[in-house]
Amino acid sequence: MAQSELDRQKQFRCRMLVCASTPCISSGALAVEEALKKAVEAEGLQTEIETVATGCLGPCSRGPLVTVQYEGQPDVAYEGVTVEIAPFLLAKHAKGLLVPELDNKAIPADWPFFAKQKKLVLAESGTVDPEKLESYVARGGYSALGQTLREMTPEEVCNEMVKSGLRGRGGAGFPTGLKWNMVRKAPGERKYVVANGDEGDPGAYMDRTLMESDPHRVLEGMAIAGFAVGADQGYIYVRGEYPLAAKRLEKAIRQAERKGLLGSRILDSNFNFRIDIRMGAGAFVCGEETALMQSIMGRRGQPVPRPPYPANRGLWGGPTLINNVETFGNITTIITKGATFYAAYGTEKSKGAKIFALAGKVNNTGLIEVTIGITLREIVFDIGGGIRGGRPFKAAQTGGPSGGCIPSEYLVTPIDYETLQRLGSIMGSGGLIVMDDQSCMPDVAKFFMEFCMDESCGKCGPCRGGTVQMHRILGKITNGSATMEDLSKLEELCIMVKETSLCGLGMTAPNPIYSTLRYFRDEYEAHIRDHHCPAGVCQFTEKPLRIAVA
Amino acid sequence: MPEASPKKDAGNGKPAADPRYKGIDRVLKRQQYKQDALIEVLTAAQEAFGYLPEEVMIYIARQLKLPFSWVYGVATFYHFFSLKPQGKHNAIVCLGTACYVGRANEIVDAISKEFNVDPGQTTPDGELTLTTTRCLGCCGLAPVVVFENQVLGKESPDTTVDKIRSVLSGAAPAATGATRVEQEEPLPA
Repeated sequence: MAQSELDRQKQFRCRMLVCASTPCISSGALAVEEALKKAVEAEGLQTEIETVATGCLGPCSRGPLVTVQYEGQPDVAYEGVTVEIAPFLLAKHAKGLLVPELDNKAIPADWPFFAKQKKLVLAESGTVDPEKLESYVARGGYSALGQTLREMTPEEVCNEMVKSGLRGRGGAGFPTGLKWNMVRKAPGERKYVVANGDEGDPGAYMDRTLMESDPHRVLEGMAIAGFAVGADQGYIYVRGEYPLAAKRLEKAIRQAERKGLLGSRILDSNFNFRIDIRMGAGAFVCGEETALMQSIMGRRGQPVPRPPYPANRGLWGGPTLINNVETFGNITTIITKGATFYAAYGTEKSKGAKIFALAGKVNNTGLIEVTIGITLREIVFDIGGGIRGGRPFKAAQTGGPSGGCIPSEYLVTPIDYETLQRLGSIMGSGGLIVMDDQSCMPDVAKFFMEFCMDESCGKCGPCRGGTVQMHRILGKITNGSATMEDLSKLEELCIMVKETSLCGLGMTAPNPIYSTLRYFRDEYEAHIRDHHCPAGVCQFTEKPLRIAVA
Repeated sequence: MPEASPKKDAGNGKPAADPRYKGIDRVLKRQQYKQDALIEVLTAAQEAFGYLPEEVMIYIARQLKLPFSWVYGVATFYHFFSLKPQGKHNAIVCLGTACYVGRANEIVDAISKEFNVDPGQTTPDGELTLTTTRCLGCCGLAPVVVFENQVLGKESPDTTVDKIRSVLSGAAPAATGATRVEQEEPLPA
C-alpha cells in the first residue's frame, strides 16, 4: 500500500499542501484550498498538480499557510495566502512566471522559526493528509506496529521505552518505560490503555494539533502500548472543545480497522486492539488521571485518592495505562529509529524533544517542537522573533494554571523538567506564554486563580474553599483594598492548599501565586503600599479598610 | 441489560411524537444502553434540544436505569451541558491565557454592555447567549471569539460588537460572517 501511494504521489509534478488545522481554517484555509483546486482545474493540470489538505505547519498566526513541493526544487512555504493570490502560486510554480505579489509572502528556508526546531513527533504533520491512511502509510506509518508485532516481545518494547528515557509529556514527567512496566506486570484480566487528550490548560494546544494533523501516529502509538502492556481496549479522551480532532480521529480509526491495522487480529497476529473515542464535556479537572477515568466511565469527573494507582486499579478495576497524547506520538519514532537515536536528543535526565505552544506577546506565535534543554532565550528571541513592538521581555509563563512564571534573569537556563521545577514552574503540557511589561503579575495570578476556582471540582475542602479565598485576596490586591497582612495570609493559604489538597489541581493551584511572589514581590507591594500598578493594568477603585477608618 | 422494548417504560415523560427523542434513542441503542455511556447520551440530547430539559434527563435516567440524581449530578458537573434554553445566536469569547494577555476581557465587557447581557446569560428576547470559555487552542490568533460556530481571530471589542450586531439585525446572513484575519504582519527579513 505504501508503494502504491508513493507511486501515485510521484505522478504529480507538484503538490500544494494547504494547512488545514483549526487556526488556519479559521483564517480561511478551506477557501484557499478550494480556490487552488479551481485554478488547477481551470488550467487543466489535475494530472500534474495535486492539492492536499494537511496538518499543522507551526506558525499559526501567519495562516493560511501553503507549502509548494515542486519536483526538483526545494519546498517553499507561503504565509497569509488569500483566495485572491492563490492562483498566483500556480502561475509562479507551474508556469515559471515571476509574480511580485508573492515575494513577501514566501517564508525563507532559513527562517529561525523553522531552523531552530527539531521535529520528532511533528515531523510529518505538515506533509501528511490527516484524513487519509494511505498518506500516513506512504511515510512509513504503521511499520513500527508491524515491527513490534513481528519481532519484539512486550518486555522488549517496555525496555526499549526505558532505554529511550522518554518521560510523560503531560507535565509531571513520569518515566514512560517505568509506567509501562508497572502496567505490564500488574495482575488483571482486562487491561486498558488511555490517551489523555483533555488538554485543559489555557494556552496549550499541542495535543489538539497532533490529533488533528497526524491522528494515525497517536493510534499507532496506542496500539504498540496495548501490545506492550497486554491490553486489548484503548480509549482516547478528547476535549469537548476539539470537534475537528474527534472527527479526524474517528475517521482514522475506521480506516485503520478496515485495513486490519486496528481491531481483531492486527496484521494477522494474535493481537487484538480496539480504540474508542470518548468526548470530554468541559471540565478542566478531567485532565487529572483519576478524574479522567471517572469521566470515561460516565460519572462526574471527580478525582479519587491515590493509591491505588491507575496502573494497578483503573478503569472498571483493571490495570490502566494513562499517557498523554503527545507521549503516544513519540512511540513510533522510538521504535523505528531506535532508543539510542532518541536518547541522543535532550539533556541527561530529560530526553527527546518537546512540543510547546508559543503564544502571547511574541512576533511569531505557533506550535514549535524543540529538543529539551534549549534555552528560553532561543525560544523567545530566535524562534519567537522577539517581543512584539520591541518591548522588554518580562516573564514567560509555562504550565498553565498549575505552572509559574520565569523572569528575564533565567532566560539562559536550559528548559527541562528539573530546571523548571527548581524555578517554581513546571513543564506542564507545554503552553508557553510570553508576557511583556504591560502584563501585571498580581493580575495574571488572579486570572489563574479564578480559573482554578471555577474548575475546582468541589470534592475536597482545601481546594474548594482555598481557591476562593486566595482569589478574594488577589482581588483585594488588584483593586487597592489590601493590606500587608493580607499578603502574609495569602502565603499561608498557598502552603495550606498545596499540602492538603486531594489531587494535582489543588496541589498546583497556588503555583502561579508562588512564582510571581517569588520574582515579582515588589510588584505586589507596590499595589498594596503605593496603590500603583507598574504595568498600568489595575484600576484602584477601593480603599483599604484600615486607612478608611483612620 | 436493555429490555426488549425500551419504549415500553418510557410511557410517561416522553411525548412519543417528539422527533427529537429519536437522536437520543439512536445513541442509546448504539451504546447498548450501557450506563457508562451517560455522557455520550447527554451530549446527543443537548445537541437535539439545545439544552437539557428535566423531562429529557428523567427519560435518559429511566433508559439507562440510573437514579435521576445521578444523571442530574453529571449534567451539572460538566460545563458543556446547560439546563437552561440557549439563545438563537451564541457568542463565545475565549478567555485562555493568550487571549487574556490580549485583553479579551474588554471584548466581554463590550458585548455585555452593548447587548445588555451578562456572561453565561441569554438576552431576554432569546436572541443572543454570551458565554466565555477556557482556551480554544487558537492562541496564535488571540484574542479569539466564536460566533455562529465560526472562529474569529484577532478580534477587538469594536469589530466583535459590529459583527454580532450585523447578524442580529439580519443584515448579514450568519454563514458568511467574516473569518478573515484582519491584520497581517510583515515577515522579519
